[in-house]
Amino acid sequence: MSITPDKQFDLHRRMVRIRLFEEAAGRLAEANRLPGFLHLYVGEEAVASGVCGALNDDDHITSTHRGHGHLVAKGGDFNRMMAELMGKATGYCKGKGGSMHISDLSLGMLGANGIVGAGSPIAVGAAFANKYRKQGQVAVAFFGDGATNIGAFHEAANMACALHLPIVFACENNEYGEFTPRDKTMAITDIVDRAAGYGMPGVIVDGMDVIAVHEAALEAVERARTGGGPSLIEAKTYRFYNHHGVQNLGLKYRSDDEVARWKERDPIFTLEDRMVENKVATRDRFEEIWTELRNDIDNAIKFAEDSPVPAPDQVMVDVYTQKAGAR
Amino acid sequence: MSDERKLPYVMAFNEAVSQAMEADPSVFCAGEDIGAFGGVFGTFGGLQAKFGTDRVVDTPISEQAIVGLGVGAAATGLRPIVDLMFMDFICVAMDQIVNQAAKLKYMFGGTATLPLTITTAGGGGLSAAAQHSQSLEAILCHIPGLKVVYPSSPYDMKGLMTACINEDNPTVMVKHKRLLGLTGHVPTERYEIPLGKANIVRAGKDVTIVAYGRMVHESVAAAEKLAAEGIECEIIDPRTLQPFDTETVVASAKRTNRVLVVHEAVRFGGLGAEIAAQIQEQAFDYLDAPVGRIGAPFSPVPFSPALEQHYIPDAKAIEAGIRDALMRVGA
Repeated sequence: MSITPDKQFDLHRRMVRIRLFEEAAGRLAEANRLPGFLHLYVGEEAVASGVCGALNDDDHITSTHRGHGHLVAKGGDFNRMMAELMGKATGYCKGKGGSMHISDLSLGMLGANGIVGAGSPIAVGAAFANKYRKQGQVAVAFFGDGATNIGAFHEAANMACALHLPIVFACENNEYGEFTPRDKTMAITDIVDRAAGYGMPGVIVDGMDVIAVHEAALEAVERARTGGGPSLIEAKTYRFYNHHGVQNLGLKYRSDDEVARWKERDPIFTLEDRMVENKVATRDRFEEIWTELRNDIDNAIKFAEDSPVPAPDQVMVDVYTQKAGAR
Repeated sequence: MSDERKLPYVMAFNEAVSQAMEADPSVFCAGEDIGAFGGVFGTFGGLQAKFGTDRVVDTPISEQAIVGLGVGAAATGLRPIVDLMFMDFICVAMDQIVNQAAKLKYMFGGTATLPLTITTAGGGGLSAAAQHSQSLEAILCHIPGLKVVYPSSPYDMKGLMTACINEDNPTVMVKHKRLLGLTGHVPTERYEIPLGKANIVRAGKDVTIVAYGRMVHESVAAAEKLAAEGIECEIIDPRTLQPFDTETVVASAKRTNRVLVVHEAVRFGGLGAEIAAQIQEQAFDYLDAPVGRIGAPFSPVPFSPALEQHYIPDAKAIEAGIRDALMRVGA
């Protein structure tokens, strides 16, 4: 492993933060304490963590409907995230966006997105702006396997390559577009095959191995940052829960055996085993980390529940920017 | 005015863009054929030679990605002008316009600012048939978060386009294809016409005509003919369709007591329906006749000049609409 122990702890921490946030959100949803839809990122933590761990704070990402993990991995604040999921005034979006539009522009996180594939063209715009400003920032578009079947992805990938933009296309191939398996919706097995069609390099990585994802991301981000243009990373991963909600077993469209096989390769426990094996960490240290972060989550839930709901007159606020341009 | 220089509508647009790019390095343009070729209508002519390929960008034929490019660049600090060659092509980019550009600010709790201008060419009259001639402004005006601008003169074009570029919200600037060559006075200096402010093109006491885009000129022709008979039409060009200057229109309706709304778009569900509703809500007691609406019939835009001439409202149809409004006896 060429990744330093500090970095391994950093990636681990990102993954545990995602896991704990998502498990907590799932429990709250089950208890009917969260309004709206909930798409949990559990199982896919290595992808967001490995990629965002290769980014600077001022790099940009676009996300998906399954977007909490991306915001957490980019440094998102638990309190404001949990408040947003509950529709509170103190949330990231003041209760106007919710789970599917959670965002933090100050962290370069340009929003979860309720429309499959829609984030990629926006990431192209961020990448264009980054190239335009010549300050070395890059953009990453996160999307699923299903999004590669929509026109917006194709247009974005082609345009990014035609304009030679500093961007990384990070595909989370979890083998299902909502409830339909990949092999029913495309005639290829590997999303990475599509990269050649746009003229960019592509690589497949084990999306359950955060170190592998991180190493691939470092290479792609470096390529983008140094003027080498776009890349595609296909991370083979799996969502442990249903498309939405918290059901994991007994689903009609996938077998419990399949779920069990993927869970054996849990990205967090796999990394912990390796770090212990390589004497980089001890079990006790991990226990401390989990305890500390569990405490953060408990505090976030309390913060969110104690927060006020938005006042009714906020409906009409922020439809438009009121202040005229400076010029 | 400091000078009486004249420019065609298309060059008024071009000059607004050029002066904005000189004033602000964060302004750039992207679209199909706008660079070396200068745009299929010449709207971006000469700009790439002046500002370079980094700032005047030829894109693939990818309307979703073109608007997405604008959304992402605007959200991260630039001031993009993205061009969709024909207004019909907004349909290809609708997700990025409606679900992304219009809503990002709101969905993100106000943290995003999108100083994005989408430019396009609308309207018929070129035998361009059903996919290159539409007037789809009502669809855009229905979307909270968007502003929609439709200039009818070279002077308004430059001032409104300058305002669009300076605007911190996503704005759709519609150029009418048949007005591109229309020449009129345009000051050389940079100026803004505020969005949401109507222009009283012609004052009159007998009837109010609300018209925008090319229909302003057809309305003027009708008004001139009727003036010979002593009928004085007031013509209001809203210039900005969203936000709409209801105040100016309602004030005029209260003076003239009769209103005719004219647009090139199909009548059903057109902007005229909204304008008529606003007038009856706010000036019902002043009206001596129902608010009339002139628009295209409910069919796609036909190709043959013989059919298209019949399809697009003209001065004659407007004149008939005015006479109809005036036939009603006042209370």
